[in-house]
Amino acid sequence: MKLLTHNLLSSHVRGVGPRGFPLRLQATEVRINPVEFNPEFVARMIPKVEWAALLEAADTVRTLPHARARPEWGGGRGRSHRRPGSLARVGMPRGDLGLCPQLHLVEVPKEPIEGYEHDEKFLRKMHHVLLEVDVLEGTLQCPESGRLFPISRGIPNMLLSDEETET
Amino acid sequence: MALSCSLNRYLLLMAQEHLEFRLPEIKSLLSLFGGQFTSNQETYGKSPFWILSIPSEDIARNLMKRTVCAKSIFELWGHGKSPEELYSSLKNYPAEKMVPFLHSDSTYKIKIHTFNKTLSQEEKVKRIDALEFLPFEGKVNLKKPQHIFSILEDYGLDPNCIPENPHNIYFGRWIADGQRELIESYSVKKRHFIGNTSMDAGLSFIMANHGKVKENDIVFDPFVGTGGLLIASAHFGAYVCGTDIDYNTVHGLGKASRKNQKWRGPDENIRANLRQYGLEKYYLDVLVSDASKPSWRKGTYFDAIITDPPYGIRESTRRTGSQKEIPKGIEKCPESHVPVSLSYHLSDMFFDLLNFAAETLVLGGRLVYWLPVYTPEYTEEMVPWHPCLQLISNCEQKLSSHTSRRLITMEKVKTFENRDQYSHLLSDHFLPYQGHNSFREKYFSGVTKRIAKEEKCSQE
Repeated sequence: MKLLTHNLLSSHVRGVGPRGFPLRLQATEVRINPVEFNPEFVARMIPKVEWAALLEAADTVRTLPHARARPEWGGGRGRSHRRPGSLARVGMPRGDLGLCPQLHLVEVPKEPIEGYEHDEKFLRKMHHVLLEVDVLEGTLQCPESGRLFPISRGIPNMLLSDEETET
Repeated sequence: MALSCSLNRYLLLMAQEHLEFRLPEIKSLLSLFGGQFTSNQETYGKSPFWILSIPSEDIARNLMKRTVCAKSIFELWGHGKSPEELYSSLKNYPAEKMVPFLHSDSTYKIKIHTFNKTLSQEEKVKRIDALEFLPFEGKVNLKKPQHIFSILEDYGLDPNCIPENPHNIYFGRWIADGQRELIESYSVKKRHFIGNTSMDAGLSFIMANHGKVKENDIVFDPFVGTGGLLIASAHFGAYVCGTDIDYNTVHGLGKASRKNQKWRGPDENIRANLRQYGLEKYYLDVLVSDASKPSWRKGTYFDAIITDPPYGIRESTRRTGSQKEIPKGIEKCPESHVPVSLSYHLSDMFFDLLNFAAETLVLGGRLVYWLPVYTPEYTEEMVPWHPCLQLISNCEQKLSSHTSRRLITMEKVKTFENRDQYSHLLSDHFLPYQGHNSFREKYFSGVTKRIAKEEKCSQE
């Protein structure tokens, strides 16, 4: 799950309403998954982002003591998805990713800056935070009811039973 | 200069497939690229030849980069009901518009395209020779010409009644071909990860075009399945995400949909599908989630919602149920402990879908989805309605003699106020469709068999 997706999700447990946002992220395994940089798309996303929620989520990923950051696909899971050589299409040097992938997260801008559409440095940071940080294992917790939604193999499970949902 | 003067005439050669879907596709794409579709043009029925008036060749080229319904587009130089009419029409075409493509340094070739008739080589040569009066000064080059000109002859639509002479003859300069080859290159047969109801590649692209999907959009599919519809949107440069209630499908687990393959492989999932086509960068996320209970925050962030909801024939209609009614024999998955109920009425499903689209789409964003209908009972009033959404098109695809599905396209035209305001809609506007809640029963029932029998009898 990317942090962009996290920024759009909300708990829908019965009676929670707008207080179901943002979901509290707890990550136990995080992968940095390189995605081709597209400044136009990132710039389009900036006004849609709920900034406080993003800062909090990025902070959680960065500071969680048990969070393990994976520089690339699959390693150790016994199923490598990556084609050989495909790292070449990444806009950042490989060393950056492999050595300290979490470092980028520290630099989440505190707020959108003036004229961000043309600020490549800002957009690259936001690109990394929104699209390249991939939570593989962990949970999303409803801030109001405490209900936990599991994330496994990068996919959140948001199913609730009838008794739990808003009517 | 008046608008009518600045418009040029183009000839679109349409593919003779999915006829009803063609006009909404071309209209949607023209509105995407700034071309106005004027209604006073010749009628676009079943004929493969459409004359289009648009302001620029750029718009024509953009259109062809997207369309899967049109084969080619030509700059129309002349048109007539007989050779004589064509020639006089060509003589009236301004010479200054021809000369740039005919001068002595250029190379060209002339092609002949006939519809509903095959011409002999001799007849073709005769037709080309008859164009001598045009100021061709360049050299003929059959292999790599700079310019290609086409004579297109229309012998009507009835293969059992082919006229001696064509109904219409067109002459034009070829500009670009459409995207018909996508249907082959994205064929479901060659796709890595498919399901029981994966959408035909051609229709997926038509849906993305009806939805006016464009670069850097976010496209969402609430019944994502194996993600076939997302692939088409990603091909056009949109970022995609989806949800499905089926844990196994989203995770790519369980039984395979392919013949001769029992279980899904370790890498059969939506992300891998996109990767197969070099589109992985457009993958946002897929979630396990129930479309009847959306878990998205307030806000408008989807540019298009394109989906094929299950209607209970080959994939069941499902929503999450109650803990009290846990059915037996359900596959065990560690986290999908939420019971699944099989009773999700179609009318409720479409009510939820329209409300969700009205709430989360950006203004001008589009909802494109399939509505199953039992044809003997279908009327236009049955198409679900929402005050925030305007119906753009409604095209039928026949499934059997008495059932069909309709591709509905709606555009968000009004801001969504609050949920309570629209709750009355279920009773008011979805009532006409409620007869279709039993679509599945009707599909399988003896009634349908009887109708089929009666039809057979009446034919004999």
